[in-house]
Amino acid sequence: MSFFKKLKEKFTTQDTATDKYKDGLSKTRNSFTSRLNDLVANYRTVDEDFFEELEEIMIQADVGFDTVMTLVEELKMEVKRQNIKDTEGIRSVISQKLVEIYYNGEEPDELLNFKENDLTVILFVGVNGVGKTTTIGKLAHQFKNEGKKVVLAAGDTFRAGAIEQLEVWGNRVGVDVIKHSEGSDPAAVMYDAVHSAKAKKADVLICDTAGRLQNKVNLMKELEKVKRVIEREIPDAPHEVLLALDATTGQNAMTQAKIFKEATNVTGIVLTKLDGTAKGGIVLAIKKELGIPVKFVGLGEKMDDLQPFNAEKYVYGLFSDLVDKEELIDDEEERE
Amino acid sequence: MAFEGLAERLQGSIQKIRGKGKVNEADVKEMMREVRLALLEADVNFKVVKSFVKQVSERAVGQEVMTSLTPGQQVIKVVKEELTELMGGEQSQIAVGKKPPTVIMMVGLQGAGKTTTAGKLAGLLRKKHNRKPLLVAADIYRPAAINQLETIGKQLSLPVFSMGDQVSPVEIAKAGIEKAKEEHHDYVLIDTAGRLHVDEELMDELKQIKELSSPDEIFLVVDSMTGQDAVTVAQNFDDALGVTGVVLTKLDGDTRGGAALSIRSVTGKPIKFVGMGEKMDALEPFHPERMASRILGMGDMLSLIEKAQTNVDEDKAKEMEKKLRTASFTLDDFLEQLGQVKQMGPLDELLKMIPGANKMKGLDNIDMDGKQLSHVEAIIQSMTVKEKEQPEIINASRRKRIARGSGRPIQEINRLLKQFEEMKKMMKQMTNAQGKGKKRGGMNFPFMQ
Repeated sequence: MSFFKKLKEKFTTQDTATDKYKDGLSKTRNSFTSRLNDLVANYRTVDEDFFEELEEIMIQADVGFDTVMTLVEELKMEVKRQNIKDTEGIRSVISQKLVEIYYNGEEPDELLNFKENDLTVILFVGVNGVGKTTTIGKLAHQFKNEGKKVVLAAGDTFRAGAIEQLEVWGNRVGVDVIKHSEGSDPAAVMYDAVHSAKAKKADVLICDTAGRLQNKVNLMKELEKVKRVIEREIPDAPHEVLLALDATTGQNAMTQAKIFKEATNVTGIVLTKLDGTAKGGIVLAIKKELGIPVKFVGLGEKMDDLQPFNAEKYVYGLFSDLVDKEELIDDEEERE
Repeated sequence: MAFEGLAERLQGSIQKIRGKGKVNEADVKEMMREVRLALLEADVNFKVVKSFVKQVSERAVGQEVMTSLTPGQQVIKVVKEELTELMGGEQSQIAVGKKPPTVIMMVGLQGAGKTTTAGKLAGLLRKKHNRKPLLVAADIYRPAAINQLETIGKQLSLPVFSMGDQVSPVEIAKAGIEKAKEEHHDYVLIDTAGRLHVDEELMDELKQIKELSSPDEIFLVVDSMTGQDAVTVAQNFDDALGVTGVVLTKLDGDTRGGAALSIRSVTGKPIKFVGMGEKMDALEPFHPERMASRILGMGDMLSLIEKAQTNVDEDKAKEMEKKLRTASFTLDDFLEQLGQVKQMGPLDELLKMIPGANKMKGLDNIDMDGKQLSHVEAIIQSMTVKEKEQPEIINASRRKRIARGSGRPIQEINRLLKQFEEMKKMMKQMTNAQGKGKKRGGMNFPFMQ
């Protein structure tokens, strides 16, 4: 049985989440897989030109330069080992390697770290305009539906209208928002929010922060302080530090992940705006190089368009065209 | 600073071929492979990279290079010319409509920075061009987007037209333009909601706004950190609306900014402005030729001079120039300049504009944010007149006294003195380089000897 068939078997009971993945990723998938298929069709034999083209396809998916290089090197080895001559044979190896790179031999940590019967604090960080506030709104909605008591902290005191934006989400979802005035110290907001959430016996406190470019030293220090204040009030908090990452971002995402990790010890990534044509392939590289797993993906603008990340589903979404084809070939073989 | 990384990598790959007396096809191929990777790593779209590499390779193995006495140099010249070409030609101006008001539409993906840019642009129009702009809040989808524009309007004391989020954006745009006519505004900036370029319904809405308001400019706002997808996004928006220009935002980050190169070269649409920071005046006109030379590590003195002109008063600027030239720069002058430099923007960005500054040792670890500047001020203010003029007399016991006076640790005082020494050295180098002329290589110019 092929690798794809195994993957497919995991999804024989196709739930709505998988459908959403397929819908959200359809644009992503189409361009990526059709190009991969074109590549296979255009080249009969596996040679240097083939690999060069493959490199470019991967790079176009923003997979990340070093990862692409590693992948291509490994593929070349595999081709020699298995003595693959034609391009048909290499197709399954390509996707298999991608999944391997993501998992990197370890059990992925895709679930949120929740504290039982106590306050769980989730801190959101990221550069400007990646969708932190929107993601928080969606996440709050999800937690509320699970019957959790949620409090939001309006820690973006810098951008005009940011506090109001979170308040609108708070009203929509029906959860409390702790805020100070615009321009106030975000660390002070966090202090109040932690105490308020404790007093309210909330289950989850989700903290918004202002977007900041990772090369702004003083702003990153401010963020460290925000985290420190939370830590001081609850020693093992924040239980999750989530980096919001725009799927359209290119290689800079690696630097973002690296520097935000240094400053706030990021525990997971929320990959937003994956419903466009961007591929977000850089998450493979980030997982491989920094060990930060993706925990959620944003697949649309509606309240329930936030899905827990599942590497297999993600890859399945990316490659489901290929999966179908592979299966077809397998079925034919079986019939013969 | 954006583009820095790209410049470094390009310079690295070119270094190898620089001094070669003989260049064969293999040399060029090897270099071009590295150039290709440098561009790809910087998020330049792969198609753009491909045609660039092809173009350069063809010229590099052609007659003009092979017959040259210094083929290594010749190849580098070709790279430079082609890269400048890629960046686009002249700087383009913002349109003025035949009949006022001139209408500008801001469009783009979510989170690109449309609302902020609209505010900055309106501020720029008033400050630099003496215009009377009206901001129109047509983003009814994102929560508090209207509120955001209104707050920005308040910050800049600029009027904002809004009708709440229950009216269609098309109606808002129409009413906004009417209002501008009534109140004699000469520019109208329509802030539209962020949307995916593949969202047909919302793209249709933009088309309707366009039809109705017949804008003189449609600015596509693009995040400079965008990866390979930048080209698809730009192309789709352009196909649907006929974009007239691009505004590149968040260029004050450390992205290599390849998206800028790709969009220009694939859509042919000029980049008109770049967002350089979170402050409301951090929007600059885009100068392709200057940006090209900045990428190539050749500095951007023109922008530096312009910055000084707008932010520093002239008499003081002359004085500063003289001091810089003669390098008779004391800590007192340093203190005085600090205030002015602060107004011009972050020091590290200014340094990037100085030719060759990125190659100078010591400069890369001068890192001054706002707070550090005030610490520096405190330290200098705790020195005696003599110490400020002759910092070399500051011995251990003087250091201790200064530390107590300024409330800063001794290490910081040491660091400041060292940095000041480095700055003086840099200035000397600069003036020397000017004296010798570029050709003799007083400094390490890539592409030049």
